[in-house]
Amino acid sequence: MILTMRAFRCWLTVYRRIWRSSIWSSILGPICYLGAMGFGLGSLVDKHGTASLGGVPYLAFLAPAILASSAMTTGLDESTFPVYGSIKWNKIYIGAQASPLRPADIYRGHLLFMTMRITLNALIFIVIMSAFGAPRSLWVLLALPCAVLTGLAFAAPVAAWAVTLKNEMPFNVVFRFGMIPLMLFSGTFFPLSQLPAWLRPLAYATPLWHGVALCRAFSLGTGIRDPVGMLGHVAYLAVLAAVGIWAGGWTYRRRLYV
Amino acid sequence: MSETEVLVRARGLVKQFGSFTAVNGIDFELRRGEAFGFLGPNGAGKSSTMRMIGCVSPPSGGELRILGLDPVKDGPAIRARLGVVPQDDTLDVELTVRENLLVYGRYFGLPRQLIRERTDQLLEFVQLSDRAKDKVEPLSGGMKRRLTIARSLINDPDILILDEPTTGLDPQARHVVWDRLFRLKQRGVTLILTTHYMDEAEQLCDRLVVMDHGQFAASGSPRQLIDQYCSPEVLELRFDPQVHDATIEKLKDFPAERAEVLADRILLYVEDGDSTLAAVRERGFEPLTSLVRRGTLEDVFLRLTGRRLED
Repeated sequence: MILTMRAFRCWLTVYRRIWRSSIWSSILGPICYLGAMGFGLGSLVDKHGTASLGGVPYLAFLAPAILASSAMTTGLDESTFPVYGSIKWNKIYIGAQASPLRPADIYRGHLLFMTMRITLNALIFIVIMSAFGAPRSLWVLLALPCAVLTGLAFAAPVAAWAVTLKNEMPFNVVFRFGMIPLMLFSGTFFPLSQLPAWLRPLAYATPLWHGVALCRAFSLGTGIRDPVGMLGHVAYLAVLAAVGIWAGGWTYRRRLYV
Repeated sequence: MSETEVLVRARGLVKQFGSFTAVNGIDFELRRGEAFGFLGPNGAGKSSTMRMIGCVSPPSGGELRILGLDPVKDGPAIRARLGVVPQDDTLDVELTVRENLLVYGRYFGLPRQLIRERTDQLLEFVQLSDRAKDKVEPLSGGMKRRLTIARSLINDPDILILDEPTTGLDPQARHVVWDRLFRLKQRGVTLILTTHYMDEAEQLCDRLVVMDHGQFAASGSPRQLIDQYCSPEVLELRFDPQVHDATIEKLKDFPAERAEVLADRILLYVEDGDSTLAAVRERGFEPLTSLVRRGTLEDVFLRLTGRRLED
């Protein structure tokens, strides 16, 4: 645990150099998204009645889903190129390896940093969506840990996989054929009831859908009425994160200790 | 602690990657305070050996003890007492010189205050004090190497491992690095280094092994190796290309410890170069140029590992 913290602190030092620019994109991104989609598109949607959205304005429906989906994006951003680059480009892992840190410490320390980034971004997002008046309930505070768990459910397994790569091409596949379809078809922009029945089970199986369902339920304040369902979503994401963390200890060792 | 305390002991040490054997059963002992060199061509198994000593690569066979500990079980404890200068720099070029040392010191769990003090001393030692606040990116290759050396000393290591410390540096930068390493040696720091520069090995190492195909071809001090594997002097003769081949045929059986024919010259390994040259001339051969020099580690190296590219 101490060794993990040492690896984490290294990332903090690196982050101190770039946090200003990264904070701006964390703030401007949500404003653009919520402004354009929530207000722009939302005003169109709201005119046609929002019964299928559960009777809430489009902005209230959309914002928590974007929260979950941007937690996924942060998780993927932090667990792909930075992990690969730590072996191939700036060689942070290789340098760290000559210290007392073990491969598993290097992994967990980096994952802790990823979690911090996801948390920060999600927190900023929740503040901004609150400024837009999107949350319907104070339970929105619980959407924060839910978003973090969503990001982690992606970051932990993807980092475990990224460290094994010999070139960075597969990342493009992840972003184009993984992240974007997930964003589009996980009940983010429209309720799953709009999808053909045969497609719905596929969406239920994706991790992002569970994250969206959690964040939305807490932002709308409906989550408390369905504790079993909420626990189910949490369990799904937690299992994914746990499997990732277990696998990462193994893949990092295989890659770094040869 | 006695001067002859053994810090690293290897017995029949083996490293395999799949069916490829990189290190094929080597034995050696490293004692406190000495500078021990691994010489060998690329692919001889030097870096694999360094990685095993650095506890970032598990041995495939044989026995290895470092600082009295087992590198497989006690990796973190051993690495806490090692300094490593890897073949490729692993500095974070986005950070400043000072921050690189800070990050590294934190890996070792050193308190900030101690890191700050050591950073000042180390940067002065490697002559980078005036660049402390600069980013690493624009530094020259030699400066980066020196910074890597400073970084490897942040934990005040018992053993400093250097994998080809001056490869890729220009002559000036190499001499500065050598000078610094020599000072470390004088301070009693135990050094293990790999190199394929003979002058580096000759200047820095008390004891050497010549490694080839994963095994030791020879070991000893630079002087011992030269005495054992090379004649005291070497006579280099160059002839007119027109008569080169014919002359060389006739000189091949000339009384010398050993003769080596290269594309452009012939090398005679002899006791006394000047008298041999006189004898060559007496026989009526007039070389275009001749050079009498002392046998060097490079002669030893080439004899033991072959002039592979010309084979």
